[in-house]
Amino acid sequence: MDDGYILQMEDIEKEYYGNRVLKGISLKLKPGEIMALVGENGAGKSTLMNVLFGMEQIRNTGGFRGRVIFDGEETHITSPREAMERGIGMVHQEFMLLPGFTITENIKLNREILKPNLLSRVFGKRLSGLDHGTMKADARRSLDRIGLELAENETVDGLPVGFMQFVEIAREIDKTNMKLIVFDEPTAVLTEIEAQKLLDTIEMISREGVAVIFISHKLDEIMQVSDTVMVMRDGENVCTLRKEDTSVGQLAELMVGRGVDAGSIAQKRSLDNDDILLSIRNLQVDMPGEGVKGLSLDVRRGEILGLGGLAGQGKIGVSNGVLGIYPTEGEILFEGEPLPMNHPLGVLKKRIAFVSEDRKNVGLILEASIEENIAVGALRVNDRFLKKTGPFTQINGKERRKHAEQMVQDFQIKCVSTRQKVGDLSGGNQQKVCMAKALTMEPKLLFVSEPTRGIDIGAKEVLLDYLVKLNREQGVTIVMTSSELKELRSVCDRIAIVTGGKLEGILEPDSPDLEFGLMMSGARMEQEFSTEPVENRGESVEKGPDTPETCGKIPDHDTERRRQE
Amino acid sequence: MNNRRVKQFVAAIGVPRLIIMGYLLILLIAMPFMGLQIEMLYTQAFGRIGMYGVLVLAMLPAIESGIKMNMALPLGVICGLIGGVLSLDWGFSGWMGLFLAVLISIPIAVVVGILYGMLLNKIKGSEMMIATYTGYTAVAIMCIVWMAMPVNNAEVRWPQGNGVRNIVTLTGKYEKILDHFLEIRITEELVIPTGLFLTVALACFLMWLFMRSKTGIMMKTAGSNPVLAEANGISVDRMRILGMTLSSVLGAVGIIIYSQSYGFYQFYMAPLNMAFIAVAAILIGGATVGRATVFHVIFGTVLYQSIMTFTLPIANVIMPEGTLSEIVRIIIQNGIILYALTKAGESQ
Repeated sequence: MDDGYILQMEDIEKEYYGNRVLKGISLKLKPGEIMALVGENGAGKSTLMNVLFGMEQIRNTGGFRGRVIFDGEETHITSPREAMERGIGMVHQEFMLLPGFTITENIKLNREILKPNLLSRVFGKRLSGLDHGTMKADARRSLDRIGLELAENETVDGLPVGFMQFVEIAREIDKTNMKLIVFDEPTAVLTEIEAQKLLDTIEMISREGVAVIFISHKLDEIMQVSDTVMVMRDGENVCTLRKEDTSVGQLAELMVGRGVDAGSIAQKRSLDNDDILLSIRNLQVDMPGEGVKGLSLDVRRGEILGLGGLAGQGKIGVSNGVLGIYPTEGEILFEGEPLPMNHPLGVLKKRIAFVSEDRKNVGLILEASIEENIAVGALRVNDRFLKKTGPFTQINGKERRKHAEQMVQDFQIKCVSTRQKVGDLSGGNQQKVCMAKALTMEPKLLFVSEPTRGIDIGAKEVLLDYLVKLNREQGVTIVMTSSELKELRSVCDRIAIVTGGKLEGILEPDSPDLEFGLMMSGARMEQEFSTEPVENRGESVEKGPDTPETCGKIPDHDTERRRQE
Repeated sequence: MNNRRVKQFVAAIGVPRLIIMGYLLILLIAMPFMGLQIEMLYTQAFGRIGMYGVLVLAMLPAIESGIKMNMALPLGVICGLIGGVLSLDWGFSGWMGLFLAVLISIPIAVVVGILYGMLLNKIKGSEMMIATYTGYTAVAIMCIVWMAMPVNNAEVRWPQGNGVRNIVTLTGKYEKILDHFLEIRITEELVIPTGLFLTVALACFLMWLFMRSKTGIMMKTAGSNPVLAEANGISVDRMRILGMTLSSVLGAVGIIIYSQSYGFYQFYMAPLNMAFIAVAAILIGGATVGRATVFHVIFGTVLYQSIMTFTLPIANVIMPEGTLSEIVRIIIQNGIILYALTKAGESQ
């Protein structure tokens, strides 16, 4: 055991129900060091932190393999509380603050300073009073340390969002033996100035000898503040680099690069650039967590267009907005005519169908049967599966069953019969039912959102193959939203990257990883990128996606420099 | 293998229904040994099943459209009573009186259903609680209205003063007019009220047809997954209003059918408990607060009303003291509702 490290994690492996999400991650961290953790959504960053904090969901799913050495001794932290007691703190992306409580109370929550009173003398310590004076003084000291000019007895609910993040930090550094603080995307909701202040605070904390793990998607922030950068991808440690040895461009490339081999990239096709099927102008969608803020995009007839980008950047909002599921503004033309806004039926009647990312809520009626689910959309919109019996128009059960059976065959849905409840099917088969439901509406334009999220590889292939077949054979134009870039690159003709609720750019499936990475990391990256030294930039472009020289080696740690400053 | 089949059977029917059926079986076996008039009791049970059939059916559209149990069934019942009292006051009797009562009550029930449905759309999620108190409030308000109603017919008006009587008899008007229609008399005491059964069957058949129509399926979709419904262009709010309206209309028609069989119109506080009886019956039939079928309605009504008919005389024989049988009835009725409501969450 190397005494110089505050935290060593060795060969951490974690499985969720047979799905390996961490494949032997190792990291070393010295006191006062800032390590940035980057990777796409689902790369395993959060899981790694959950392991570190001994979160319940890790223990409930069979624990993890590997060793965690904290402060020189091998530890097995079993609860966040234990982590806190050992000196590991966390600043969350979503604030963990009690709104009705004062700043002091939030900072001192569960660590209140007690003062004996009459009741506690009789009934024991649990009934002690609080020493408000000392608590306030402590809170004041923490707030001063991070330069936050706020009254310590103000309640939290009135504070601007930016300040809440700092209250969280004050809470963490108030803990006396704090040795390591994890910042989970702390700047996600902050303005630029607030973010800068936060980065300064992080540096200040590290100068006091506290180690910091900094999780962020914003590569320019990482370049500014961190000493080392660990890139994760698909649960693997791609490489750990010293900041001096890397660049924004290289990080972007490493983060995205999947080593997609040429064979699995979609073949180029020549499509008429002027034959626009759907034209979106200045789209604004008020979808919580996936808001779109002024996006413009053209979809050509007959193409498969991918919508990519990091989670929370608005790519999912686009299809939900066009379909009118969330409040939407802007201008949408379909086949040259204005498309009704905020009116799902009007959109569906134009033969535009949607496979939602929210399978269980928007996609399916879980307690209804497969055939009922497949038919419901077409029944509503196109009056399919109806027959007239005397004066009554009734559901045509036979026709519906026949159609459902055909769909079950086409999609290879594994089920006992078409009368089986959809809720009993596996995720992949549920997704197939969703797709069958959309196709039953015989769309000209199909929106598919996260079609492969949480489903097995077999079902993935069936679905993607079917989408391509549908596009090629029946000429259905498809807009596919996905967090899996590899998947987009394997089926799409073009891939539009959505960042910050706007269109960042459109790339070809065979565009270099670097460009995908940069676009996904946001607009400011381009500036940062252009100010980089030229030779560095050239180098990272030429290098293969997975083999930068420094990769795989953990660099020598030299954080003494920072301390001496 | 056999064991598994038994398990499947139990799962399909449901443990509570098996217990209730077992209980009913014990009652049926016990009755002859108690010295009770079995044939008369059967006739009573048939009558009660027919009486309550449509009222229980009123729960179905409410459940399927997503507003859960229509605890505000008294609203619909009141509409039916208004129709009944007006037709009587105008002096109509026989088939004409019955049809006119139904005819007057339906438009009133439609308006009330729409308005109440609009109210329910504003309080999604807590329908049953609000509905219970809406029922109470409406009944209380109607007490004033009955008192103030300017009725002239001496058979409807209080003997002294104004307002509708507490109980108005239908003897000589249309008492048991449906019961007696095509009545089958097997023995002197054992009578099958064919007309009443046909009426209930017709209502159930129409409901079954409706639930298989496009609108019915859309209503069901809106009820079982509102988010999906909206995404498919189904107006959930309108479907809920439709469900509520149907429920109110069935409540109104149901109380008229009930009353003609019972022989009286009961006003003032009488509509109050109608919802609970209907809820208990449909729950016993296997419905949940989120899903119900016509089968649940019929099966539940038969089970519940049979138990109610047979339990009381047997309880009276075993414990002849005072009002004990009434207490037993209340315990069973509310016990069933309580049980079913605790199970309500599991269905979702």
